[in-house]
Amino acid sequence: MPKTIQAPVPGTFYRKPSPDQPPFIPDGGAIAVGDTIGLIEVMKTFIEIKVEEGGANARFVVEDENPVLAGAPLVEFD
Amino acid sequence: MTLEGNSLFIANRGEIAVRVNKAAKALGLKVIQAHSEADVEMLAVKLADEAANLGPPAAAKSYLNIDKVIAAAQAAGADAVHPGYGFLSENAQFARAVEAAGMVFVGPSGDTIARMGDKVAAREAAIAAGVPVAPGSKGIIATVDDARDVTDKIGYPVMIKASAGGGGRGIRVAETDDDLARLIPQAQAEAAAAFGDGSLYLERMVTDARHVEVQIMGDGTRAVHLFERECSLQRRRQKVWEEAPSTVLSDAARAHVCAASVRLAEAVNYKGAGTLEFLYEPSRDAFYFMEMNTRIQVEHPVTEMITGVDLVQEMIRIAFGQPLSLDQSALTITGHAIEARVNAEDPANNFMPFPGVVGAMHIPEDVRFDTMLYEGYAIPPFYDSLLGKLIVHGADRAEALELLRKALGQIRLDGLKTTLPLFRALANEPAVIEGKANTAFLETWLETAKIEAA
Repeated sequence: MPKTIQAPVPGTFYRKPSPDQPPFIPDGGAIAVGDTIGLIEVMKTFIEIKVEEGGANARFVVEDENPVLAGAPLVEFD
Repeated sequence: MTLEGNSLFIANRGEIAVRVNKAAKALGLKVIQAHSEADVEMLAVKLADEAANLGPPAAAKSYLNIDKVIAAAQAAGADAVHPGYGFLSENAQFARAVEAAGMVFVGPSGDTIARMGDKVAAREAAIAAGVPVAPGSKGIIATVDDARDVTDKIGYPVMIKASAGGGGRGIRVAETDDDLARLIPQAQAEAAAAFGDGSLYLERMVTDARHVEVQIMGDGTRAVHLFERECSLQRRRQKVWEEAPSTVLSDAARAHVCAASVRLAEAVNYKGAGTLEFLYEPSRDAFYFMEMNTRIQVEHPVTEMITGVDLVQEMIRIAFGQPLSLDQSALTITGHAIEARVNAEDPANNFMPFPGVVGAMHIPEDVRFDTMLYEGYAIPPFYDSLLGKLIVHGADRAEALELLRKALGQIRLDGLKTTLPLFRALANEPAVIEGKANTAFLETWLETAKIEAA
């Protein structure tokens, strides 16, 4: 079973800090405790999604700028 | 006068779409409601004669996409387009595109929107019409030296504002010459990135100020004012509580600012509903023009309550070519009105958004509640958090406050976390009851206030 990070709130998921910047975490990249993996915009408020358990080979389940439901997995990793 | 046989396309969502629908139906118009894929179940869609899907939930791909909105309105055979507030309501290109497609835009011309949307051009138009502005730069400042020439005359602190900004965005405060030298280049770069225009201007910073705004309505040749609203209670430059009339203006001050606002409206041949926003400095009895909003505003109901005028119906009639139906001499202030913005935010948890599912609703019968809610509705997370506006109207301010406290004690919106507890606390706060809150009050008060959980 891969590890996952789930959306704490519903909204729009962003993988980049701004449209013209690279993603917080590249596909296949490593993630460490405290890293930001993305932002969820909920009612015009941006919530940072932080890593609580690190790992490798990040595989994003939700594409940049796509809607997510609360509890939906955003990324899988090993 | 009826507009039967015509149709209106509502290019907006939420509570304002419901409000525009009511006005349109009262005028005999057929209503076509735009919506995103996330808004299929919204109240305004259920109340409309027809609905038009604009596309994906993200506003940039639906409500903000000019081509999609125009195409949907044309496909539905709409005669006119109402932009509401926010989204494309102050977009000159959109207003021009609506007219170019052979439809009526409910609002001023694209040229007027562009002129008043440019803060420097608006300030120049205000000065030309004799509208009071804050001491500051005459036009755009290009360099730090230009800025120093201004601060030599008006002193510190000053606000550095982006010409293309607005609604509190693109503002920095310089307290010293060092601040000025550091912040001007920063502000230029930021404004260029955020608004595509790095132009800046300076204004003297007013520290003890009230937010006072004048409602105007024009038909392109003649304009009237419908008195002022006070919106000093703000959090992060967003209004949360609005009143009409203001608690601090003398009759003379009111007459002065309202007459000046009509002069500006007539000078720019203003058509439709508009608002001139001012800072009012009680210690100097002075007004400073901030900006003009060329659309209907969220807080328009308090003006409707004290004047008895349906502003949304009037702006639609004017857009369809009818002359202004209002005479200045017949407009008077009756009583006092207060509006509380009920947002899907938890005031006990730093106003965290809460897009929940609406449970049982109980709305007191003797108040006005302009809302997008119905029982069982799942609030989408993609748009702003405004759920509705609780509006009371009393014979005087004390009675309005009493009615507000009573309504806040009775209203129930189960299943949600909202800003209602904030208003229960504010309505019992001495500074608010005494009308002493300035624009800095609410944020300072929130640092120590205890707001019970919803």
